[in-house]
Amino acid sequence: MKVDHALRALDGILRREMLRSLRQRARLFSAMVRPLVWLAIFAAGFRSVLGLSITPPYQTYVLYEVYVVPGLAAMMLLFHAMASSLAMVYDREMGSMRLLLTAPLPRWYLLAARLLASVIVGLPLVYLFLFVARFWDVRPPILGYVAVFPALVLSGLMLGAFGLLVSSMSTQMENFAGVMNFVIFPMFFASTALYPIWRLAEAGRVLATIAAWNPFSSAVELIRFALYLRFDMVSMLVVVACLVAFFLAAVTGYDPGRGLWSRRGGEG
Amino acid sequence: MNALAIENLSHSFGSRQVLQNVSFTVDEGRMCILLGRNGAGKTTLFSLITGLYYARTGLVRVFDMAMQANPSAALAQMGVVFQLPTLDLDLTAGENLRYHAALHGLPTELSKARSREELSRLEVLDRIDDRTRALSGGQRRRVEIARALMHGPRLLLLDEPTTGLDVPGRRALEQHVRDLCRERGIAVLWATHFLEEVAADDDVVVLDRGRVCWTGPADRIAPELGVGSVAEAFALLTGSP
Repeated sequence: MKVDHALRALDGILRREMLRSLRQRARLFSAMVRPLVWLAIFAAGFRSVLGLSITPPYQTYVLYEVYVVPGLAAMMLLFHAMASSLAMVYDREMGSMRLLLTAPLPRWYLLAARLLASVIVGLPLVYLFLFVARFWDVRPPILGYVAVFPALVLSGLMLGAFGLLVSSMSTQMENFAGVMNFVIFPMFFASTALYPIWRLAEAGRVLATIAAWNPFSSAVELIRFALYLRFDMVSMLVVVACLVAFFLAAVTGYDPGRGLWSRRGGEG
Repeated sequence: MNALAIENLSHSFGSRQVLQNVSFTVDEGRMCILLGRNGAGKTTLFSLITGLYYARTGLVRVFDMAMQANPSAALAQMGVVFQLPTLDLDLTAGENLRYHAALHGLPTELSKARSREELSRLEVLDRIDDRTRALSGGQRRRVEIARALMHGPRLLLLDEPTTGLDVPGRRALEQHVRDLCRERGIAVLWATHFLEEVAADDDVVVLDRGRVCWTGPADRIAPELGVGSVAEAFALLTGSP
């Protein structure tokens, strides 16, 4: 694989993702509105009923809005990853995936490029949300916006790789309703995005254990700590390990010899 | 030299055998028509040639490069038009071509020049800035062919490219590909079930239920089988009415 060829392909994939994203304005709009609705309505309602004790990385009592913003940023990455995964399934059904997979580059590289492009396209919206959240008095240190960048990229890649894996196993777009119900919602709700672990433990040990082992919780905590200029080593290791595992599994799923492609029949 | 050589290729989906010991070659600068009814295995064969499926049994060689051993080098020599349209409908014709060029490592300036040149040759340059969603079926097909030619392939694979086109559109497309074959020396493998797309100087491979049942020059098929036309020969070979 030649480096200049690989970079041009990455550039082409990134441009395509950006153009598609900009031309799907309704999707862009809903991606921005979703976390704001959670912040403006859900968090406002929970603020009065959900007391939070001092939980790292916070050094004092914080408003529920402050607690929930990193979780909502991770939620944006999760939904973006799943939308990207759905686009992969759509591309496969519509045929345009064939173009990508018959490019003269290793398949793992093409999938990695697509994954990276998707994350790059999704990040500006997350930053926009983090800045808009300042109107709700969620004001992390200014340097936190810089420190959170690698955490957002790593978390986005891990969730994107998970989406890639889901797309490699989905035979048709209709299956995605099931994915939403049985994968995305449990992943989001059984995590530390909306409540800290000790709160979940009060509801039940099983739920708290699930949340502790949920890789989405690690993504949330990595983002939360980075935004407040702290580093959570355990969360980072979990996110990196899951990224590698999900990506390798997705590459296997798209392998012409072992994946879904080889098991399905052609048209004629 | 063989542009494409298929040797003892077999493939199955579970217990369903789709291709059995398929062997044939396509020579440089020749137009080869892969004739077969729906379900004969043409699309599966294309998927194996392009590496979408992995060939466990048999070999695919493109200009002497084994697809299984060196897929990137083999794919770099190929231009492919799939049976299903593969244009991105949210992008313009020009953007679709430049995306393909990027995947093949072409520099931006060259990619822009080539996209205009190929679209012009296929008489769709005036639609370069239109989203492909707005194009007719025939225009989309021409854009797909222009895209397949962007990186200067030496082997062009077309899987039922005239499906969904009207008769003038089919004739124009066929003529254009024949011109490419003659002018640029590109080898072409054209899969179809339309017998009228076979010309006397083509090579023909007849595929039926996953097996090659005849291969050779088109003008020899009828005399060798003792019938009056390609259509009668095809009916005899495949048992179709």
